[in-house]
Formats: sequence, C-alpha cells, structure tokens
Amino acid sequence: MVNPTKSYSNTFIILILTLILIFIINISLGSVYIPLKQIFLAFIDGNIEKESWRSIILNYRLPKAITAIIVGSGLSISGLLMQTLFRNPLAGPFVLGISSGASLGVAILILGGSFLGANIVSYSFSSWGQAIAASTGAFLVLSAVMIAAAKVRNTMSILIIGLMFGSLTSAVISVLAYFSSANQLQQYMFWSFGSLGNLSWNEITALLIVFIIGISFVVFIIKPLNSLLLGENYAKSMGVNVRQTRNFTLIATSLLTGVITAFSGPIAFIGLAVPHLTKLLFSTSNHKTLLPAVAISGAIIMLICDSIAQMPNSEYTLPINAITSLFGAPIIIWLLVRKRKIYY
Amino acid sequence: MEQNEKHILKVSNLAIGYRSKKHISTIACNLNISLKSGNMVCLLGKNGIGKSTLLRTLTKVQPALNGEIFIDEKNLKSITNNDLAKTLSLVLTERLPDSSLTVFELVALGRQPFTNWIGYLTSEDMEIIYTAFEKTNTKHLMKTKCYELSDGQLQRVLIARALAQNTPIIVLDEPTAHLDLHHTINTFSLLKNLASEFNKTIIISTHETNLALQLADELWLMSSSKFVSGKTEELIHNNELDNLFDSDLIHFSKTLKQFTISHSK
Repeated sequence: MVNPTKSYSNTFIILILTLILIFIINISLGSVYIPLKQIFLAFIDGNIEKESWRSIILNYRLPKAITAIIVGSGLSISGLLMQTLFRNPLAGPFVLGISSGASLGVAILILGGSFLGANIVSYSFSSWGQAIAASTGAFLVLSAVMIAAAKVRNTMSILIIGLMFGSLTSAVISVLAYFSSANQLQQYMFWSFGSLGNLSWNEITALLIVFIIGISFVVFIIKPLNSLLLGENYAKSMGVNVRQTRNFTLIATSLLTGVITAFSGPIAFIGLAVPHLTKLLFSTSNHKTLLPAVAISGAIIMLICDSIAQMPNSEYTLPINAITSLFGAPIIIWLLVRKRKIYY
Repeated sequence: MEQNEKHILKVSNLAIGYRSKKHISTIACNLNISLKSGNMVCLLGKNGIGKSTLLRTLTKVQPALNGEIFIDEKNLKSITNNDLAKTLSLVLTERLPDSSLTVFELVALGRQPFTNWIGYLTSEDMEIIYTAFEKTNTKHLMKTKCYELSDGQLQRVLIARALAQNTPIIVLDEPTAHLDLHHTINTFSLLKNLASEFNKTIIISTHETNLALQLADELWLMSSSKFVSGKTEELIHNNELDNLFDSDLIHFSKTLKQFTISHSK
C-alpha cells in the first residue's frame, strides 16, 4: 500500500540550490565591486587582496544576507499560519495588529520624544532603542488583541479586532505626526521604510534566538493545522484542541513577526505573497510540506528583493519596503487573474 | 443475541438546549435512548425541532442541560476529546473550507487521533485508510483534489474519512442534503451495509423519511410534544409516526409504511 501523496523532494532540492545561488549573488553585489574569488577568500580566512573587502563582506553583507533569510522565512511562515487559522487568503502576519503596535512604539519614541524629555531623543536614534520600542508596542497591542480574542469564540472576529486595533494605532500615530518636527518625521519615515542592514552580530543573535523559539511552536501545530483545513468542527471531532492550536499559532506569529518588525521595520507583502507563490509551486495544503517550502521561498524572495534594493554598483539603496510591495502587489493580482481562485 | 449485551449508547433523562447567563432555553427534555451496536438509526423530525442540537449534545459539541449520556459505557463528561475521537466520528453538512487537499490526504486526516505528534502514517494506518477506500468504493479518487469532486463523490469520501477514524460510532448530520435520489439511495445503502456487516453504529439525522422507514433498524422521532426511540417496526405498530409532523397535509399510511399526502375528506 503506497501513500500517493507527492513528496516534492525534487522541488525542495531545486529550491535549496536556488537559495544557495541567490545567497552568493546577494553577497557579491553591493556598492563596491568585489570579485567572487575574493569573497570566498574572505570566508575561509585566506589571503585577501584588500583587508577592507573582508570587513565589508563579514560585517556588512553577510549579516544583511542572514537577516534577509530570517526576515523572509519568518514573515512567510507567519503569513501561512494566519491564512490557515483565519481561512482567509488575504490574512498576513500583520493582521493581528503587530505592525501597527510596533509602529506605535517607534512613533512614540521618535515623534513623541519631545513630550517625554530630551534624554529619550538621543536614544531614539539607536537601533536597539527602536527595537525595544517596537517590541514593546507590538507586545502591548498584541496582548490587547489576545485578551479580546480570549473572549471571542469566533476566529473571524479576531481578524476584525486586529484590524480595528490597527486603525486605532494609526490614528494615534497621525496625531503624533501632526505635532512633530520635520526632522523627527523623517526619522520615523526611515524606520517605516524597513531595512535589513544596520544589524550588528549581537542583534542578529537576538533575532535568531527568538526566531528559533517561534519556529519550535510551529513544529507542534503542524498536525492540528492540517485538520483545521476541514474546519474547526471536524478538527474538534478528531480530538484537536482548537483553542490551544489557536493560541500556539498566535504566539508563534507574534514572536516571529514581532522580533522581525522590531529589528527591520514593518516589511510589507512578503507574508501575504510568499505563501500564495509557494502554493503555486507546491499544489498542496499539507503543512508538513508547505511550512518548509514557504520558509525557503520566503528567504529566496527576500534575498532577491534585497539584491534589487541595493541597486548593484551604485551608491544608492532603495527602501526595502518599496521593493517588496512593488514585487508583491503585481504577483497577487496576476495570481487572481490567472488562477481565478486562490486556496489557503 | 445475549440479553445483557452492552449498550454502545445510553441516554437517560437527557435535556438539551442552550444555557446563557440570563436564562435556559430547553429544546427537548426527558430523552431516553438505549442503543446496541451494529444498528443504523435515523433521527427524524421537522426542521427546527432540535435534531442538530441533539446530535451536537451527543457528540459533546455542546453540554447537556440535564441527564446523563454514556458512550461505550463511559460517561460522556469524563471522556477526553482524543478518546472521544477514537469512539465517535462525524460527517457534517457544512461545506468544507477551500483547500488543495487531495482525497487521500483528507481521508488520512481521519487517522489523526491515532498518529504521533507529526501525524506519521504507520503501515497499520495505511491499511485502515485503504480499507476505508475499499468499503466506500472511492479508491480511484485517491489522487483527486477535493474541490474537483461532485457532491455525491464528496459525501462518499467524507464517509471514508469517518471510517478511517475507525470508530464504533459514526454520526452523520443530513448526509444526503445535497444529493439526488440515486446518490441518496447509494449513500443510505452504503451506511446500512456498514452497520450490518461491520457492526458499526450509524446515527443519521435526515429528512429522507420514507427511505429511513425502509432501511433504518431503529428510529428516533422528535416532535414538539415528545421524543420516542425504538425499533422501526414497533414504532409503526404503536402508531408513533402519526404525530411526527403534526400537520393535516401529511398522513402516515400503516399499510404502505410511508408518509403520503392527505387527501381532503
């Protein structure tokens, strides 16, 4: 007796090879041209032509590429989780108000700094300061959503509650922005553009640790998520603890999205678009296949977006958020036009 | 049959309905049922009389207002969700959410109460899944996506999923609601066969009254005044079917053993 479910191992091998290739391309691109051979030498501690190249690669390009991989897979996994939980193809990692919470935290830090005192203002320019403000904001808004969610049985209501909290926070941000100086506004805008660079190795370690904790929650809900594909009633009849699964999903998503937003800003569209793209490649709903597939595809796409954003051989770096949206929106439109129907 | 053969389902003094903070709305009370395994039961009653509420209460989706339910001689209140999933499986009327699950994957989900944390299918699981496909004659659909199935095929596949769960009891809520006569009869005879040949206890809520009268071993009749359960023949003999619809338009003919439209006298 054979299990007729496709294993997709070939697709996985191709994806992983693509990831490695894009990773190398990403590292070899930048404002300074460094030959490929020298890049390898930098890694293996070999005799590199210029010592500054080693520093560019190990302290700037490599951390950025690693950040891109974590951000891409984390957001894509969160997106997939939200789409399954809410059975809504338009759900993404930010539907729970995480991004609005983070934005609110950073907005209060940067825009509201003048109300809070001068010593906060100096702190607002450090990335740790923004990360802490963003995670606090994300955590507070998310707790509010979770408390509300605990009182509602209907999963769809949680979606709407999350959206409502989003509207509330953006209203507060508008008020703050109205009373801010041009300088503060610019600073806030820079954060909201998103950025993958600027992370020190310490920050990447923090990002990675929370990422791993988030992923370990995901591993335990793969099986119940599959039964949720038949709806909550069937899932319950198969012994699934729907409430616990829902909580695990919410915790995993908030950890992943929260920490990513804290360090790299609200990155748009990846969480929404990547699961749909992946389902085009893997026509399955089985989370045992989809979760790793989405993680790898998310990493690949984030690396591609980052490679485009830094405009090879030029001094300029485009905001990563603009690239992901420019890339994400047309894909969703194309998907809808071509397939007519998207499955989640 | 032995006199003291155990009851797969025993209900005493059950009251069903909804409890809110302010008041209790009772839909039916004093329900008593004793059911032995290997029987096909049809739950009959008009729309809104509380058939779904009864099934929801029996399957622990909602709590009973009063009374006791024993499934396989265990009190329903003390059965864990996972143990209940090994005793009782469901086929619901609700539409499945869109997904690209294949028929195999859907049926294999029925093994969830038995598989390990990641849902690995052992060779024993595979055997049970294949048996479920064979019993429902759906093996050829295995690689089809669920959204490609016709209503009739989907119903058989959903029954296969319940069979893969391999429970002594299968509860079906209006399994033939969207089906034509051909597929309805097909589904009913499949269920009847599962009860008589594989000793499953099948509980069906249905509006196919005349089919139920021909095929069901037992009937549960729900009307606004009372609830009766028992062997089909006995219920007919005791004129219990006369008041099922309490309407002047519908008449139960004892000779035909069917409901007919009353002719004005």
